[in-house]
Amino acid sequence: MKISDAIDELQLQVKTCKDKLSTEVTGAYVSDLLSDVMGNLQQGNIWITLQIHMNIVAIASLKNAAAIITIGGRSPQYDVLEKAASEKVVIMSTPLSAFETAGRLYSLLNK
Amino acid sequence: MNQDKMPIEGSFQIIGGNFTTAGEASSEVKTVLTDLGVDGDIIRRIAIATFEAEMNVIIYAAAGQLFYEVTDEYIKIRVQDMGPGIEDTNRAMQEGYSTAPEWVRNMGWGAGMGLPNMKKNADTFLLDSVVGEGTTVEMTMNLIKE
Repeated sequence: MKISDAIDELQLQVKTCKDKLSTEVTGAYVSDLLSDVMGNLQQGNIWITLQIHMNIVAIASLKNAAAIITIGGRSPQYDVLEKAASEKVVIMSTPLSAFETAGRLYSLLNK
Repeated sequence: MNQDKMPIEGSFQIIGGNFTTAGEASSEVKTVLTDLGVDGDIIRRIAIATFEAEMNVIIYAAAGQLFYEVTDEYIKIRVQDMGPGIEDTNRAMQEGYSTAPEWVRNMGWGAGMGLPNMKKNADTFLLDSVVGEGTTVEMTMNLIKE
């Protein structure tokens, strides 16, 4: 599955790196604890979180995440998006809850 | 590996409370090791441990310094801070124990996983702390896959 395959189903608004949406997704990880994400997110995973501050970019970049999905309509501020764009980290925002987002993504990945 | 330029060394000043530049040291270390052709899994472990070490300085200390040294066999990372020091290092090594303030926890840090994450991802791990003076963490990781 590519990132772009999830856009409609997850009602995603793409905030950065529209040119990277053909990246293959290996799975997903849902967590708001950053040490947990650092330890357990796998390369190519989509990271689902409510955190929207600057550190999410460095973590996603360090772990080679496929993308970050921020949930509940939350969207990072401009400086975070700017940093994400320069680090080539895809950030997308969804109005859905973490539960809905993970559930729909799980179905898509197991199709 | 290109061994002519060994060892490769670098250092970073880390300012306490400066969350926006967190990850700069680990990002540089990752780039250096990637350029040397080090195995991806080993790089990821080193990057995690380095990032956690940076974060601890940012969260708890006034300032600190991170040094790294890369040879063809290992990387050594030393992080020395001017922080409050750790009263009970045994407790600090327990997963889930944290003295981080509420606002840091709200950011998703301070879950009591930092030091355990460093130890787990390092091949050798030394923690030395003096209350009122500061904390030093020294880690080494082998760069050659066994």
